[in-house]
Amino acid sequence: MNKNWIILGATSSMARALARELAGRGDNIFLAGRDMDDLERIATDCRMRGTGEARAVKFDARKLETFTPLIEMLSDQEGEINAAVFVGSMPEQEEIDADPALVDGTIIDSFTGPARFLTMLAPLMEARGGGTVVGVGSVAGDRGRVGNYVYGAAKAGFHTYLSGLRNRLTRAGGHVVTVKPGFVDTAMTWGIEGMFLVAPPEKVAGDILRAVEKRKNVIYTPFFWRYIMLIIRSIPEPIFKKLSI
Amino acid sequence: MRWKTDTYSGWGRALKAEGELARPERISALKALPLAPAMGARRSYGDAALNDSGRAVDMTRLDRIIGFDPETGLLEAEAGLSIAEMVRIFVPRGFLPAVMPGTGFATLGGCIAMDVHGKNHHHDGSFGAHVEEIRLLRGGKDVVISREKQKEVFRATLGGLGQTGVIMSAKIRLREIPGPSMQVQERRAESLEEHLNMLDASQARYTVGWLDATAKGAAMGRGIVEEAEHGHADAPAEEKAKSVPVDAPRFALSKPVVKAFNAQYYRRIPEGGQRRMRSIPDFFFPLDRIHDWNKLYGKRGFHQFQCVIPLSGRDALRGIVEAIASSGLASPLAVLKRLGPEGEGMLSFPMEGYTLAVDFPARAKTPALIEKLIALTAEAGGRIYLAKDSLADGASVRAMYPGHAKWAAIAAKGDPAGALQTDLTRRLGLRSAT
Repeated sequence: MNKNWIILGATSSMARALARELAGRGDNIFLAGRDMDDLERIATDCRMRGTGEARAVKFDARKLETFTPLIEMLSDQEGEINAAVFVGSMPEQEEIDADPALVDGTIIDSFTGPARFLTMLAPLMEARGGGTVVGVGSVAGDRGRVGNYVYGAAKAGFHTYLSGLRNRLTRAGGHVVTVKPGFVDTAMTWGIEGMFLVAPPEKVAGDILRAVEKRKNVIYTPFFWRYIMLIIRSIPEPIFKKLSI
Repeated sequence: MRWKTDTYSGWGRALKAEGELARPERISALKALPLAPAMGARRSYGDAALNDSGRAVDMTRLDRIIGFDPETGLLEAEAGLSIAEMVRIFVPRGFLPAVMPGTGFATLGGCIAMDVHGKNHHHDGSFGAHVEEIRLLRGGKDVVISREKQKEVFRATLGGLGQTGVIMSAKIRLREIPGPSMQVQERRAESLEEHLNMLDASQARYTVGWLDATAKGAAMGRGIVEEAEHGHADAPAEEKAKSVPVDAPRFALSKPVVKAFNAQYYRRIPEGGQRRMRSIPDFFFPLDRIHDWNKLYGKRGFHQFQCVIPLSGRDALRGIVEAIASSGLASPLAVLKRLGPEGEGMLSFPMEGYTLAVDFPARAKTPALIEKLIALTAEAGGRIYLAKDSLADGASVRAMYPGHAKWAAIAAKGDPAGALQTDLTRRLGLRSAT
């Protein structure tokens, strides 16, 4: 069957790696984001590597007027509709502390923007009776830490949203995969101190595709982050609040 | 864009640099950076991709295909696309880069900046001969250069060590191939003389000699000559990749070990020669199957010496092979090839003659040996390859490259402040015209 994928935040290196994989399989890809020049370039790259269609489309989590045209465009496509959400922004916590207005933007980019888009898309997926949503969260959403708790809170909200959406779409034959990446070698983590066991984006893309095929619910990538986060979540709050990790 | 402070090295790991690295993921991010030397996969052996105490731009995330026309075989791609990726994507469609270096990890930008050659230089020239157009970030501008537009800058960019501007993307012509396999014939060459004669006589599209750099006396210069053509048949399965997890101990490449290994490797080929079919990656990039093979040389790393000696310089070549064999320092990695006529690049390495490449572990006696080999090369009117070098002196290198002064002037015009300088260009004083 014809498979369509809308990728939100398609200029991120994880999204690019996933798009290349999907292009290789011959799926139709809609690459959504703000930098149209770069999206066009990624779209061409995907077409050259694969057999399916790849198109650059405008999406800005902070501009709701960009949402409806995308939903309409997707409803014009035949076949299964799938979505992968890579959008998010992570200003340094000190920047946010100095300018609390940044809280809103971070939460829109990482949580409420994509949540609203997916809520608009859900009826279409239900009507088609299938499809998968890949929601990229973060291990930062598993526990609030002094270093990036606004971003972490936005991702925690997104995780909860995805869990509910999974509950909803399952009834209609659809599925939701929550992806919690640890440290991935992207522009976001480049040059940040204290990074270890950094995974290449291609590895994350491979893990995501496997999770989609096997209809996994929540994955950590690389897998060992599940255990790291298990330990971090299990630290009692009276102790945790004094740590700086 | 955040800068990452890191210690990094070239493939030989004998030279290191510490500095700040940026890794843009879009062209707009690249253009927003202050000018700094660009680097690809850092497969140059010495310091060509190092900028100690300075900044450098890692281009490997700018690796997208911009266009491909199956009618003409013209591929346009960003500078960070690797040769192995081109092979993976285009071989199933019947196309291959016309010139391939010995590693698929090399990037498009790196192949241009070093004007790399392959096993078919005697037929097809260097990588630059198949480049149609280059998009450069030069003097703060986005410029397109070719044989028609800014021809001299184009010629200075082929083999130009990234000094004429940052190579952002390029158009290259791919070769149409009949199928994904290689028909390979291997034959023994019993002496240096026979080895060179076989290379001279070879009519195959791809020809390369492996040389036993430990053999002395009558057997000196012996080796195995591989000749190959593209095949129609499906390729055999590629051999599985392995990796070297830790630095090897010193004895791994000690004299008796290498000598025994080489003798065994030589006898692997029956006296009457052998034919076999191989996949394209296995034939062109035999060492890529062993990831991080540079760790076999231990943590001190290694040096590679590569020279080209004019056809008339067989005696000089004999002297070089003799010096290597009697040093007892050679590793099993030694390659002898015939190169065809010089190309267009002002600072390109290839010229008509024989090229010899040998790896040496970094030991106390290694620099003196390599310095001697460089002197012998200079005396014979030959050249050393800057992608491999880590030990040469500036005056002798500049004398080997007659196009140097003109090249330096073109580089200076686009980068008067010298912001694109690398450890290599500083060590050899390449950016000054004298």
